[in-house]
Amino acid sequence: MLRYVIKKLLSLAVSLTVASVVIFLALEVVPGDPAASMLGVNAQEDTLAALREELGLNRGPLARYGDWVGGMLVGDFGTSYTYRTPVSEMIADRIWISLPLALLALSLSTLIAIPAGIWAASRRGSGVDLGVMGVTQLGVAIPNFWFAMLMVLVFAINLRWFSAGGFVGWEAGFWPAIHSLTLPAIALALPQASILTRVMRSALLDTLGEDFIRTARAKGLSRAQALWRHALRNALIPVLTIIGLQFSFLIAGAIIIENVFFLPGLGRLVFQSISARDLIVVESVVMLLVCAVIVVNFIVDITYAIVDPRLRRAR
Amino acid sequence: MKQKMIKTGLASALALVAGMGAAQAQSDLVIGMQLEPPHLDPTSAAAGAIDQVTYSNIFEGLTRFGPDGSVNAGLAESWDISDDGLVYTFHLHDGVSFHDGSALDAGDVKFSLDRARGEDSTNAQKGLFAGIEAVEVVEPLTVKITLAQPDGNFLFNLAWGDAVIVAAESIEDIKTNPVGTGAFEFSDWVQGDRIEITRNEDYWGTPAKLESATFKFISDPTAAFAAMMAEDIDAFSGFPAPENLPQFDADPRFKVLVGSTEGETILSTNNAQPPFDNVKVREAMAHAIDRQAIIDGAMFGYGTPIGTHFAPHHPDYVDLTDQSAYDPDLARSLLSEAGYGDGFSTTLKLPPPSYARRGGEIIAAQLREVGIETEITNLEWPQWLEQVFRGKDFGLTVISHTEPLDIGIYANPDYYFQYDNPEFQELMDDLQVESDPQARSEMLKKAQRIIAGDYVNGFLFQLPALGVAKTGVQGLWKNSPTQAIDLTGVSWAE
Repeated sequence: MLRYVIKKLLSLAVSLTVASVVIFLALEVVPGDPAASMLGVNAQEDTLAALREELGLNRGPLARYGDWVGGMLVGDFGTSYTYRTPVSEMIADRIWISLPLALLALSLSTLIAIPAGIWAASRRGSGVDLGVMGVTQLGVAIPNFWFAMLMVLVFAINLRWFSAGGFVGWEAGFWPAIHSLTLPAIALALPQASILTRVMRSALLDTLGEDFIRTARAKGLSRAQALWRHALRNALIPVLTIIGLQFSFLIAGAIIIENVFFLPGLGRLVFQSISARDLIVVESVVMLLVCAVIVVNFIVDITYAIVDPRLRRAR
Repeated sequence: MKQKMIKTGLASALALVAGMGAAQAQSDLVIGMQLEPPHLDPTSAAAGAIDQVTYSNIFEGLTRFGPDGSVNAGLAESWDISDDGLVYTFHLHDGVSFHDGSALDAGDVKFSLDRARGEDSTNAQKGLFAGIEAVEVVEPLTVKITLAQPDGNFLFNLAWGDAVIVAAESIEDIKTNPVGTGAFEFSDWVQGDRIEITRNEDYWGTPAKLESATFKFISDPTAAFAAMMAEDIDAFSGFPAPENLPQFDADPRFKVLVGSTEGETILSTNNAQPPFDNVKVREAMAHAIDRQAIIDGAMFGYGTPIGTHFAPHHPDYVDLTDQSAYDPDLARSLLSEAGYGDGFSTTLKLPPPSYARRGGEIIAAQLREVGIETEITNLEWPQWLEQVFRGKDFGLTVISHTEPLDIGIYANPDYYFQYDNPEFQELMDDLQVESDPQARSEMLKKAQRIIAGDYVNGFLFQLPALGVAKTGVQGLWKNSPTQAIDLTGVSWAE
């Protein structure tokens, strides 16, 4: 087990290093001078030079890369060019919207998908199964931003149950904050829940066809007992993989959903910073997201090993 | 009859009570805007969003723009101009204090102006202060500004948001905690979401009617529409989806405010690049363009056609649209005369605003009609600034020049469209030192005629200021003489 974890940790470190280089290089080649973007069309040459000096844009790429990575290792993400506040503070402010949003969406999608998948699998071929398959087909096909607009139209503009967007802030209380994240979370969760339901159903059906289930049935267990005691645990492995992958989708999808609902989260921060050429913010936030995805995958890998002891020994 | 009268009386009494209730309840305003300011120092960035939040609300200058674009007294109560036009002596209002309690004096004025024109200044409009030779404190409330040469625009320049008066004591944190002299003081900023300001109870002038106001940042046009419809916000300044305005207009809960801005929207043409160095080609293009079709197609009918680079609401505006009337046949014959009977192809680089992206497509189609092929490239702002504005690497672009009274850009041969006409440059030099209003007016009219006659750029339309507000909101500026959302006179109907 220990060797397995060390191996995974090493690949984690390599992935992070490669990611940091790629992110930095990608933003190096993006055209557009941050200083010119900030000062606009009437800026004079000496003013631009003064600002570049102030922002430290005059130094070479290697020095800037070194500063950036070195700073991140000790928790210093640099200072935003445009906002002139430390990037770590900006991230700290906004992660309290993006993270709860992603977690809320993830719980929603898991809470819907697993029971729905089990239900459909246990009644294979029935009306329930067909209904679940049909609805999830629709859920996969509908783009989440469009679904979001539809929900705003119904629940915010017509019924007035929710506001059309924005975030009240955690200081307004737990429930009001959750209330303002509900529509975005549903919009994010819908396609994920659909995918997850289908994965859950087919994984369970596959497992139910295995020899050990037949053995269990032969021992005298009912179909339901075999499903709950033996099939479910084995069917969870592909489901876990998908949940891990979905976490990255939720973070990426949040960029669009946060814009539709004008939530001041990380996704909107990235979007704004790219338009403003606030490169240091883009670099740091993207790096953080990459980091989150890689770490989540690492956790998923470790969870596999816990759920399935064969994996520990095989590698 | 009697019964009817009683009913009417009752109804109006009810309305009165309802109205009074609303007036007491509503002393705050939530106003939407598309872009969030990067920070809150109007004296060190170009972002219009900074001025929208701070201009007049938080910060004030010696002079200020009125809703009609006129220049009025601001922190300066009055001023004397020496006969040679070189020395301006400003007398400041007595009893003005900054939000942190410190008093405004001539030293603050000197500090602000010296900072704006100083060596390491990062003022986006540093050029406004280039003519200042010295700023001297005469008395605590009297400041003397000496210019290198007379400048007929000086009082106008001082009204810009980039020329507001700041205090040395609070300059350190100005970007996140702006301390000004305005009728509102800054109270909170949730980055990415909103900025809140509250009424300055010790304001030196007429106090604001609103107790507090919130600027809410909604960049997505659909989200802006939804937020307005759901009544999450009370007004939206610079509404990004003109196609939705008729829907608001038809809804009794809302009113639509259509005004004018200082933005001349032009088909900017690289005058130094062949074949655009040939005036015949530029003239042909001017006749190939159907302005009304562009206004209808790109702006859903909002916008005033212009025939030169000048705001139609300005008293000195000359309507020269007929000079470049839509006439594709004339355009084709002019192109043949210029030796481009078979047409030519060029680049059309479009920045992000919808007037440019939508307008650009329509212009491309209109130019194709007369044989000019355009290769459209969509650019983000930083790319546009780098390639087009600074790199001058373009044939055509669509852009709105939003600075007020900016016809002077045509006197700079290095400006990105590279128009070089010594006669025009001389005229602008003369205008600079002329202070007689009548003579200035004549010169401005002549300037408009020169650039229209040279067909420097395709003059399209004046960018409209489009706003939506709940019916009860009063006193919002309809026009945008500068990028400001001045809330000092805004209130709810009683």
